[in-house]
Amino acid sequence: MNEMTSPKDMVTTTLKDWETDQEVRWCPGCGDYAILKAVQRTLPQLGADPAKTVFISGIGCSSRFPYYIESYGFHTIHGRAPAFATGAKLANPELDIWLVTGDGDGLSIGGNHLMHVLRRNVNMQIMLFNNEIYGLTKGQYSPTSREGTRSPSTPLGSVDHPARPAAFALGAGARFVARGFDVSKKLPEVLMAAHAHQGAAFIEIFQNCIVYNKDVFDDFAAPKGAEDRQLWLENGEPMLFAGGRQGLTLDRDELCLKVVEVADGDWEAAGVIVHDVTNRIIAHMLVEMPFGPFPMALGVLYDDLRPTFESGVIEERERATTGKTADLVKLLGSGQTWTVSGTAADPV
Amino acid sequence: MATQKVEAPLEAEETPETVVVRFAGDSGDGMQLTGGQFTLSTALAGNDLATFPDFPAEIRAPQGTLFGVSAFQINFGSRAINTAGDAPDVLVAMNPAALKVNLPALKPGGLVIADTGEFSKRNLDKAKYDVNPLEDDSLAKFDVLAFDISAQTIEAVKPFGLGNKDALRCKNMWTLGLALWMFDRPREPIHQWLKAKFKSKPDIADANIAALDAGHAYGETAEISGPLKQLHMPPVPSAPGLYRTVTGAEAVSLGLVAGAQLAELPMFFGGYPITPASAILHHLVRLKEFGVTTFQAEDEIAAICAAIGASYAGSLGITSSSGPGIALKGEAMGLAIMTELPLVIVNSQRGGPSTGLPTKTEQSDLYQAVYGRNGDAPMPVIAARSPSDAFEVAIEACRIAVEYMTPVMLLTDGYIANAAEPWKVPDPKGFTPFPAKFLEQKNDGDNLLPYKRDAKGARPWIKPGTPELMHRIGGIEKHELTGNIDYSPANHQAMTDARKAKIDRIAVPDQDVALGDTSGKLAVVGWGSTYGPIHQAVRRSREKGLDVSHIHVRHIWPLPGNLGDLLRGFDHVLVPEMNTGQFKTVLRDQFLVDAQPLTKTSGQPFQIAELEAAIASYFDGQPGDAGGEEVDANDQQLPSPKAVNP
Repeated sequence: MNEMTSPKDMVTTTLKDWETDQEVRWCPGCGDYAILKAVQRTLPQLGADPAKTVFISGIGCSSRFPYYIESYGFHTIHGRAPAFATGAKLANPELDIWLVTGDGDGLSIGGNHLMHVLRRNVNMQIMLFNNEIYGLTKGQYSPTSREGTRSPSTPLGSVDHPARPAAFALGAGARFVARGFDVSKKLPEVLMAAHAHQGAAFIEIFQNCIVYNKDVFDDFAAPKGAEDRQLWLENGEPMLFAGGRQGLTLDRDELCLKVVEVADGDWEAAGVIVHDVTNRIIAHMLVEMPFGPFPMALGVLYDDLRPTFESGVIEERERATTGKTADLVKLLGSGQTWTVSGTAADPV
Repeated sequence: MATQKVEAPLEAEETPETVVVRFAGDSGDGMQLTGGQFTLSTALAGNDLATFPDFPAEIRAPQGTLFGVSAFQINFGSRAINTAGDAPDVLVAMNPAALKVNLPALKPGGLVIADTGEFSKRNLDKAKYDVNPLEDDSLAKFDVLAFDISAQTIEAVKPFGLGNKDALRCKNMWTLGLALWMFDRPREPIHQWLKAKFKSKPDIADANIAALDAGHAYGETAEISGPLKQLHMPPVPSAPGLYRTVTGAEAVSLGLVAGAQLAELPMFFGGYPITPASAILHHLVRLKEFGVTTFQAEDEIAAICAAIGASYAGSLGITSSSGPGIALKGEAMGLAIMTELPLVIVNSQRGGPSTGLPTKTEQSDLYQAVYGRNGDAPMPVIAARSPSDAFEVAIEACRIAVEYMTPVMLLTDGYIANAAEPWKVPDPKGFTPFPAKFLEQKNDGDNLLPYKRDAKGARPWIKPGTPELMHRIGGIEKHELTGNIDYSPANHQAMTDARKAKIDRIAVPDQDVALGDTSGKLAVVGWGSTYGPIHQAVRRSREKGLDVSHIHVRHIWPLPGNLGDLLRGFDHVLVPEMNTGQFKTVLRDQFLVDAQPLTKTSGQPFQIAELEAAIASYFDGQPGDAGGEEVDANDQQLPSPKAVNP
């Protein structure tokens, strides 16, 4: 349970209560619509209070998100949303902050801030909409675009190696890493788990840019026929996919994951491993797992608590101020002072 | 106070009213510490003073080199002081490099105190001396007192069993002891300070005290009659009250704390390490009991963005930096202007462009402050003129930010940040509170209008967490009342006009004349840390009968409403600045006056004599037109200006 929604603070809302009167300006058919609905469906289930909920975003298609949620919202500048969110959270730790960013905003111009908000573990939900393209600036390749992506800025195909958002997050020290995709029915579940985690909770959401990068995730996210290539992770459950016919095992000699066939549902016999969300080593393997030979790992990949930044700041402040009063007169007259009476100076 | 008088002070007529002493040595010699403690003892003696620390950008430059020289200059006296002084009367040179770098500044007839123990062949080579200057006649026009301070120190600390290296580290205290004797200062406060500083290492404390006492005794024994004489400076007649020394960085920090208290707001300070602004972060981090939260961000951009995020959430957001860092913060300032959130940005200016001169002073960020953002992005800019003035200016910055819902830039510079001066401790009750108001309910019947302006043109401040007032803000142009995205032509025109009108209408006090008449032949117009030298140059020129006035501007943007008329009352307007003429451009643009520049970008403050010469050039043929040459460079006193001791 997230600290700001202890049961007594739960507020009853419906999906409608989270809709604004603003005209949504995404392209018709954009994956962002589905994510918006998933979030609006999730917030009532969390008992979230619109007055204490703040959506903070950077720049890009994804970052228009706050305008469409009936809560407090701050559409900031390119890449810097984590810094604004950190300041807001320190100023008022009661706020329930959702950060909305994209692959360009969060991993290119704002990579530094994303790294530090994760490392510091500021309590908020960070949704990175990954569409592997710059949409709002009309289709240039992004830091997550696959090698060879043809775009207005790479007409011959991009040559650089893409960043992997979940691997980046884990490497930066994130204590919660999850994945979902725009039209997935399980997205609210993932968002709820992220919200329940106290600390910086990173969610990579694959999002279909139907104009500039249409259907690039279809191999695992197509509405039909891709289910077999999705590995939905559940804590304490075996890592099974393809209807339980396949699973992941740990090759203890090579120290790597391997796909194994499961006969007659006997996953134990096939050596399929059980997902432990606190296992950081396995989490590293899951985020690095190449899609194709392996399924796409989805759901909560890693979830292991560590004290939050703001709790550390608050504790330190309490320690430092114990027994002290805010006496401005005393402060101004501190240090080595002297008084002047007439013409003589006397040290105080 | 307890003083140790060894002999009667010099006859009154032989005692100058002010003395300038410069301590110079290797950056590892502890010269800033020596200067700082000498400053304190000077303040305790009741003398007025101003200091100028001048140190290299390198933390430990190679020993003995010319670029590793660190110096600390103090001007003190029995009359009010407001510059660190032009030419030193006394130069303490701890090695050949220190002598070489600082000798050109020394007044003819001045006293050189040199440590012969450091004038080895190797050190002379490093300082690029072919011949030992202490042994030829190159110092003939100065008094020279050269002896082996190193050996004296080693002898003094022998009982404490320190190694040679540690023993020599006490040299600065030996030298300080001698300086204390020269100016008839008590040693007790320094003893106390050393005991406190080395609380966990009593041996080191004792060794330093022994070195200090030995230096003092060396002066006392008066074997050296020659150039070394003891001077007793009578205290300055100051207004009764409690005093302390304060640097600009301290005064800014205290002013920001006072400002947040007057606004009844918690303070959030976002900073990133940069010279010379870091000192503000260091001060504020220790003041958590005043509701101060400090945040050392991952970069300059995050520092300001976090501060804006905190302002958004209802704290007074503050960030500070120096030129290059301010450049990085530019886009975020635009967002604070667009979203109309309070924010204070402190810019401790240094020499630029780029990395420039990190530890030297300059006023070259004025264009950046006034004009340096994309779009029409008006932002108030105010400048502190001295370390103690920075306190009031910081409060003023907080007031404008909160009352007008705007970012405000406060300009100081490396000189103000590092320099110290005595400060009559102000009574916080003397400042009018300006409590921040948060909107608690809808402001238009059943509707919330986040951009509905008050009489000042400010929009309401609405904290997230307030029930029923959910709304969205951002950097995209927004409707003039609802704050919803609105790119329409008429709306952008209206919002651009409203943002400009709000800043233009800020209540800025009328400009006064710091010294002289309100009209006449020449106005010397300054801003920031040039206050001291301009003031003294104008005072001296007026004493010679020249019709010149000093105007010093605190509110750079918007400018005081009467400033144009005031300037038009003078035949000539001269604007001395430590840049290539930036404020001059603003004055010409705003008032169509023929403001003439007088510029200096050497990384050093103006000298009084050079300003006097510039003033004199406007009075050719009149008595007193010879300017600086006529007057002793250290004759520079007048009653204490109001701002120095508010």
